[in-house]
Order: sequence, then C-alpha cells, then structure tokens
Amino acid sequence: MSASPLALVGSAPVLAGLDPPYWAATLIKVGVVALLVPTTALILGIVFLFKVMSWMQSRLGPQEAGPRGLLQLLADGAKFIQKQDIIPDAADRFVFKVAPMVVLISTFLLYVIIPAGPSVVVESLDTGVFFALAMSSISVIGILMAGWGSANKFALMSGIRAAGQLIAYELPMVLAVVGVVIQAGTMNLNGIIAAQADFKLFGVVPFPLFLLTQLPMFLVFLAAAQAELTQPPFDMPVAESELVGGYQVEYSGFRFLFFFMGEFATAFAFAALASVLFLGGWSLPFVASDSDFYTSTAFWLIGPVVLFTKIMLVSFLIFWFRFTYPRFREDQLQKVCWKYLIPICLVWVSFTAIAKVVW
Amino acid sequence: MPKIPAFPGKGMFVGLGVTFKEMVNTLKPDSKGGGPVTVQYPHEKEEPAPRSRGVITLFEENCTSCMLCSRECPDWCIYIEAHKYLAPPRREGGKPRSKNALDRFSIDFSLCMYCGICVEVCPFDALFWSPEYEYSEFDIKNLLHEKERLGEWFDTVPDFEPYEAGSEQKVKKVPG
Repeated sequence: MSASPLALVGSAPVLAGLDPPYWAATLIKVGVVALLVPTTALILGIVFLFKVMSWMQSRLGPQEAGPRGLLQLLADGAKFIQKQDIIPDAADRFVFKVAPMVVLISTFLLYVIIPAGPSVVVESLDTGVFFALAMSSISVIGILMAGWGSANKFALMSGIRAAGQLIAYELPMVLAVVGVVIQAGTMNLNGIIAAQADFKLFGVVPFPLFLLTQLPMFLVFLAAAQAELTQPPFDMPVAESELVGGYQVEYSGFRFLFFFMGEFATAFAFAALASVLFLGGWSLPFVASDSDFYTSTAFWLIGPVVLFTKIMLVSFLIFWFRFTYPRFREDQLQKVCWKYLIPICLVWVSFTAIAKVVW
Repeated sequence: MPKIPAFPGKGMFVGLGVTFKEMVNTLKPDSKGGGPVTVQYPHEKEEPAPRSRGVITLFEENCTSCMLCSRECPDWCIYIEAHKYLAPPRREGGKPRSKNALDRFSIDFSLCMYCGICVEVCPFDALFWSPEYEYSEFDIKNLLHEKERLGEWFDTVPDFEPYEAGSEQKVKKVPG
C-alpha cells in the first residue's frame, strides 16, 4: 500500500463542459438523491421482498400487475398515497407527523457520500465513513419519535426496544468499519476504494478486495446493518406477532410509505456501504487505481453499473438472512451484540492494526 | 437432550441452505421437477378432492319434504315449503294417496357452516356434497340458493368411493 490512496480523489475527472455553478450543482445533487431514494427502495422491494422471498418460500409472488407482477410495488405505493392519513386523537401531533421524515432524512443523508465512480459522488468527504455512520444513527431518533408520538403502548415499547437495539448495534458497525479504515488508511470512501484496488496481500499477492482480510468484519457489518434496519432476525422492535408492528402501528397512508421507503432505501445504502468498504465499490478487480480506465468517460457509466452489481449481491445476502432466520428474543439480541459481535470486532481491529504496522 | 452439532452455529448454515435450495427449486422449470408449490388460481386450478365439501346439491326427485334436514341444521339455513295433495289410488276402488309436493327448497350459504349434517341425515338420498366451490357473489342475498340452483350441481357429484386409497388393508379386518 505504498501508493497514496488519496491520489485518485484529487484527480477526479470533470466531464468537458459540465461545470455548473454551485447552486445548480447543489440542485442537481438534491434532485438525484431524491430520485435515487424511492428508486432504490422500489428495486430492493420488488426484487427481494416480492420475488426472492417468494421463491424461497416456494411461490411465485405477485403476477398480475405489469409483466410478471413487477409493477406491484408501484401499485402498492399508489394505494398508500390514496389512503387516509389517520392521526390518533391522543397522539403528539407534531412529533407523530415529523417522525417518518426524520427516518427518511437519515436515509437521504446516507446517499450523499456513496461514490458510484471516481467523481460520480454527491460529496466526496474526507470523513466519509464517519459521516455515513453518524447519519445512519439519526433514524433512531425518528423511530423513538414515532414510538412516543403514537400514544400507543405497543408503539412506545417498540420505540424503546428500537433505541436499545439500534444504539447497541451501532458499536459493532463502527468497529467493523474501523478495521477497513485502518487497512485503507483513510476515511474517504473513494480513498478506501482506491486502497482496495491497489491492495496486495502481504505486500505481494494482489487481491483487490478487503473481503479477504476483513471477512469477519464483513459478516459483523452485515449483521449490524440488519439490526440497524430492524429487519428479521433483528426485528424485535417491529415484531408483528407481539407488538403488532411496533412504532408503525398507528401509521397509515403515505407516512407508512415513508417508513417502508426508509427501510428499503437504507438497506440499499448499507449494501452500498458494505460493497464500497469490503468489495471494492466501483473498482474492477485487478485494475490498479491509477489506471486510465477509471478516468475515461465511459467509466461514468461503467462505475455505477459495477457498484450496482455489487450492491445487489450484498443485498441478496442481507435479504437471504432476513428470509431464513426466525426472530431473536430481546436478551438473545443483546447477547449477540455485546458478547459476540463486539469482541470479534475488537480482536480483528487489533489484528488489523498489528498487520498494518508489520506489512 | 438435543444433539450438539459438530461445530456451533451449524444449524444457521443448514437454514441458509434450505432457503437457497428452495429458491433454486422454485425457479427450475416444471419439466425438471421444479416450480412453486402454489397454483396461480384464476388461471390454473387445483383439482379438489372428490369428497371435499364444496357445495350441497339437491336431487329433487328423491326429496319427500320430510323436513329432517331442515330440523337438524344447526344454523337453520335450510328452508322447505311443501303442500299435500291427493294422488290417484294405486288400485281400482282404493283410497286416494296423500303425497307431499316440494314447493321450495333453499339453502342459505351465507349461514351454512358446511357441517354436512343435512347430507348425513337425509334418509332418501336427496342431498349430496359436490366439490364445486366457485359460487361467490357480490351480494349476500344471492347466496340463498333455491332448489333449481341446488339441482344444477347434481352432475358434479362424484361417484361413490367407498374407501380412500390405501385403506383397504385396514378395512378387511373389520368383520363383514
């Protein structure tokens, strides 16, 4: 890792004639993210929630809306928008109304730092990973607000469970990322990708992924991401069979849609983070980071496609776990986090740190 | 005491394998023994079991309007109206015979709980189970089937199958 991982970031190409003023660039970026969030939620919802889950349960899933039922989720979305927006009498109205937006904002901000190419990124922050982890924690506040604002015992219990769970699982997530950050020597996501492209195991064997050296961290990251999404098997807060949906119980119409969208768009964002941190993001295997290929115009298109492929692979893993495992009990859930995931992370972080110094 | 697996967490991988195999199997074409276990209902239909309780059908000729079914019905969903009339005597000089004529026989399927007591209790073999099930209605009042409609399903009543396949062995032991 002699080459500076940040070399690539500085040399980000700008398409000829495409240098809009700051306000226009900001508008474009906001527009792109605002489009991406529902689109990615739709893609994950249709591909995994509707199709892959059905196949794993030996059925075909929706078939009627659109070709092979692929437009079903759009139809469902349209249905949610038409529904009455019910607010309980006893609800804390402002908190109740704002909670889904807070959850969604956390998702929006996650998309800001995910790079889909050397320069296809909304903001290339030097503290990219730190920013991502910080923004993903905002959703805890949204869920707590929803639990409190609903004036419902189930919702409140769910909010408290969610707070306990999300805060606990942030720790293994941060630690899992720390290993990658140590190995890459930077927190900038593009820098991490560049470091992976140039990475040589023991300074000799080129292996363009951190997956090999950080496999335990990858698994911990996936588990923690799943817990952050409150997806099964970590869905104690939503637990439909005991808390009847938890913090979502009083929500209907487009506010429920926001929660749904937030969950799936965040799943996409976490999958993107995982593929950037562990699978080399937009970089192609065995192509060094200073290659001209990455700075060519064609890579504006190839980069996102490569990243998308990796994201779908990681999402498949996340949803595979989701559809396979039954729910953890509350004490098991905390035990997994504190007694297994965090110690694994700590051991691996120190191992990585030692290895980094030695090689 | 459950058996302790060779390495802890083995079951988790087995579980992942089960769901993955199921996915592959569902996506395989029918010709290779794959495909989903579900049936895409309006387009393709499952063959109901011959003795399944789809709908009750009436063979009107056999009905003597004895009212047994109506009285046994736990839901009281069978309505029978009949009148007596005098049929000509069988022999020359005999008395005219008193007979029942069935005016109305209807079953309200919005009340019926498909217990089959009426079919069991009918001494004249006038009521039968038919496996037909597609008679849902937009209006609940249309679920009140009059005798004409009840008679329509008579053709779909399967032939009497005394025993299920595989039960012969057991039956032989029962003294005749």
